Amino acid sequence: MEKDIVNIGKSVVIKGELNGSEDLTIEGHVEGTIQLKENVLTIGANGRIKAQVFAKSVIVLGEVTGNVTASDKVDIRDNGSVDGDIIAPRVAIAEGAHFRGSVDMQRKGGPGQPAKPAEPKPQAQPQRVGA
Amino acid sequence: MGLLDRLAPRRNESDVPANPSVSAEDPIFATKALRKFLTSLTARESPVLLDLGPVVGSNVSFFGEQLGCKIFVEDIFADLSRHLRTGVLDELPAFLKKRFPQESGSVDGILCWDLIDYMDRPAAHELAHELTRVLRPDGALLAFFANTPPRDTRYTKYVIVDEVNLKHRSYEAGRGRQPILLNRDIIRLFSGLRVTDSFLLQNNLREILFRKPAYLPTEST
Repeated sequence: MEKDIVNIGKSVVIKGELNGSEDLTIEGHVEGTIQLKENVLTIGANGRIKAQVFAKSVIVLGEVTGNVTASDKVDIRDNGSVDGDIIAPRVAIAEGAHFRGSVDMQRKGGPGQPAKPAEPKPQAQPQRVGA
Repeated sequence: MGLLDRLAPRRNESDVPANPSVSAEDPIFATKALRKFLTSLTARESPVLLDLGPVVGSNVSFFGEQLGCKIFVEDIFADLSRHLRTGVLDELPAFLKKRFPQESGSVDGILCWDLIDYMDRPAAHELAHELTRVLRPDGALLAFFANTPPRDTRYTKYVIVDEVNLKHRSYEAGRGRQPILLNRDIIRLFSGLRVTDSFLLQNNLREILFRKPAYLPTEST
């Protein structure tokens, strides 16, 4: 079955609340709130968002100013920009991306289950010095 | 193994990481303090980290997966470059005094990297004071200090390969490292903290792990 994807074009400006149950790509300007709790939101390279964002997954190629909450993943691609706080269990930030804010990631294995530390390798052993 | 081999960056083909953001050209160096820094935070549920370097996506993922933490990315290197570029470096200490919105004693761990090496003393002093303020009692601060005279004008992004290896990725800086700090200068700078571990690596980088004494009131520093 073909998945519905909605596009908001470059010339479109939306101010207010944007809700939906389809994947959405924004190339225009949106100010306000965006809620796609079960779907993927893509901010295209031309997209300019000043909004609080809630979605299943968020892919950023354009600019986002505001907090981003995703139940699955936030992916800031090369040249993408986020000014705001991110809450998501998985976050990917590409090398050329801009990010300013905080990232809040929930632990995959649940709280109180730290990952097992890796064993140190024998090369390049440091010398311990008195400080 | 000869002396030059021991001092040279280690390149090990078997260590090529899966993370595509880690370039194969960047040299890898061992780290001893990072693992201890992580260990100091694993006991905390959802710790809060403050990263003073430029955002490195793979580091954010690493800390998120290891600690399930909240990370504040505050690129002070960029602030330093901006002050240099606009000719207002003397205003940096006052800027740093207001730079951190975090409440006193609210941060569990701070990644200072080698930021202090690039700062003049007044700015370094103000930064150390602010970091001590935001760090919670028993919180940890990881800082690196060069042990050799400055040679070039490049910053370093420390990209975590794993708990015991860092890739050093250099990028253009507004200035080079300032004259090296002696250990006693560093201890004075962070007088509100105590040194728990100090390592001199073979690449002449000193890794120092500080802890904030649990018995000191937050505002006493």
